[in-house]
Amino acid sequence: MKKIMNDPKNIVAEMVEGMVRAYPQFVERLPETEALVRSNKSSMTGKVGLISGGGSGHEPTHAGFIGEGMLSAAVCGQVFTSPTPDQIYAAIKAADQGKGVFMVIKNYSGDVMNFDMAKDMADLDGIEVKSITVDDDIAVENSTFTQGRRGVAGTIFMHKVLGAAADQGASLTELETLAKKVLPNIKTIAVALSGATVPEVGKPGFTLADDELEYGVGIHGEPGYRKEKMRPSKDLVKELLGKLKAAFNYQAGDKFAVLVNGMGATPLMEQFVFMRDVLNQLEDEGVNVAFTKVGNYMTSSDMAGVSLTLFKLTDDSWLDNLNYPVNTIAWTQK
Amino acid sequence: MLTTDIILTWIHNFDKKISEKKDYLSELDTPIGDGDHGNNLARGAEAIEAALNKETPADATAALRAIAMALVSKVGGASGALYGTAFLEMAKTSRDTTKTADLLAAGLAGLQKRGGATTGEKTMIDVWAPVVIATKGGQLTQKIIDDAVAATKPMRATKGRASYVGDSSIGHLDPGAVSSGYLFTSLLEAGAAK
Repeated sequence: MKKIMNDPKNIVAEMVEGMVRAYPQFVERLPETEALVRSNKSSMTGKVGLISGGGSGHEPTHAGFIGEGMLSAAVCGQVFTSPTPDQIYAAIKAADQGKGVFMVIKNYSGDVMNFDMAKDMADLDGIEVKSITVDDDIAVENSTFTQGRRGVAGTIFMHKVLGAAADQGASLTELETLAKKVLPNIKTIAVALSGATVPEVGKPGFTLADDELEYGVGIHGEPGYRKEKMRPSKDLVKELLGKLKAAFNYQAGDKFAVLVNGMGATPLMEQFVFMRDVLNQLEDEGVNVAFTKVGNYMTSSDMAGVSLTLFKLTDDSWLDNLNYPVNTIAWTQK
Repeated sequence: MLTTDIILTWIHNFDKKISEKKDYLSELDTPIGDGDHGNNLARGAEAIEAALNKETPADATAALRAIAMALVSKVGGASGALYGTAFLEMAKTSRDTTKTADLLAAGLAGLQKRGGATTGEKTMIDVWAPVVIATKGGQLTQKIIDDAVAATKPMRATKGRASYVGDSSIGHLDPGAVSSGYLFTSLLEAGAAK
């Protein structure tokens, strides 16, 4: 393992410190926590707080999306490990402006349990909290035999749509309604070229041969659905879009937002090639692409690969929300 | 009976075992989880020791609560929420009774509520449930603990991260079951199984 770090035990705390000192205009650290809150407090006044969080190692998720038009606060857990309820609770308190707090949770057992405990703590304090659990990874079947679909890169679209709505004064109940409507319209699938190494573990969670790839891998290296020999970008797109097409049953004329997300160790050059091939195939299929985004948004430490997210825009206001002004470390738009 | 002294001996034994078996627990977690169970619990064990060194708990409730808060605030992940909830429920119940069986039963109920798992799903519940039954009958033995831990090996995981590997989870011990086994072995060693 080669990583730019000091003691791996301190990697999250040191990352948070680096982030806060590099970008004081965006984020502040809550005392004695690894939770961050928006620096521009007046932009939160009178609005519902929007928070998220989860294990670290997915940067810029989630703290990179704190700012006007997106998150109020975010909690950084240990690497690939859910944050603790006391820290989530600290973020809830910091985000609360008397209008309640909405939490965006990714569907992992640890995250769900810890956010649930934090909600219990907020209830005692009379802070109203509602939440959505994002489960956009279609690599996993929803069944009673698994934890259910995982939350992955599509979570960024959820942050963006809800953040724009919250900024425009949506109530807690309105945010919940919006989140529930949006959720089934966001779906993601990934392909990995190499595994991710958790600093404290020191070796990759899984390994692939030099000429091998794996479809459907999760953002913590959860196993995918098939391994095969490395293929050209166009073939990868065909496989992944095929899965998404089956999941959405999309038709010519349907309108989508598209996110190509780098897993951490894949150059932007390759991500753009992949996006080109996605757009070509969607064009051939007559699909209307109304919004595109390419880059490292929901990474998996040093995993190589990409994920592809489609967000079906069945409501025009969702596109407005995607285009709504935002000012964060990782996503800015005027 | 879980007196304050017994609780402290129990948990010191547990913390020692966790720090000794840290790498083994993480290894168990690698094929079916994300390889961090040992590291996460070791962080909790250190936090428990620090909390108990800082302030000697006045009674059993305070001791159990201090353990719960250290676990809840330092471990993270599912295991932090689950172990933390179990000790928090034990702390609550210890206001009314210090009978070991009753406290462990309260812990088990907390685990089931928080995690939604039942027996046979290849989780820590598969160790807690038989241990609670045996303790109620006043006959918890090392064999009962070992058998319960070993029984998770042929199970197929249907909860938590291990559920994603499906049939491939068969043939591996559940890391949470193994760490729970250490917890109850420590309890036996502290002489509190009745």
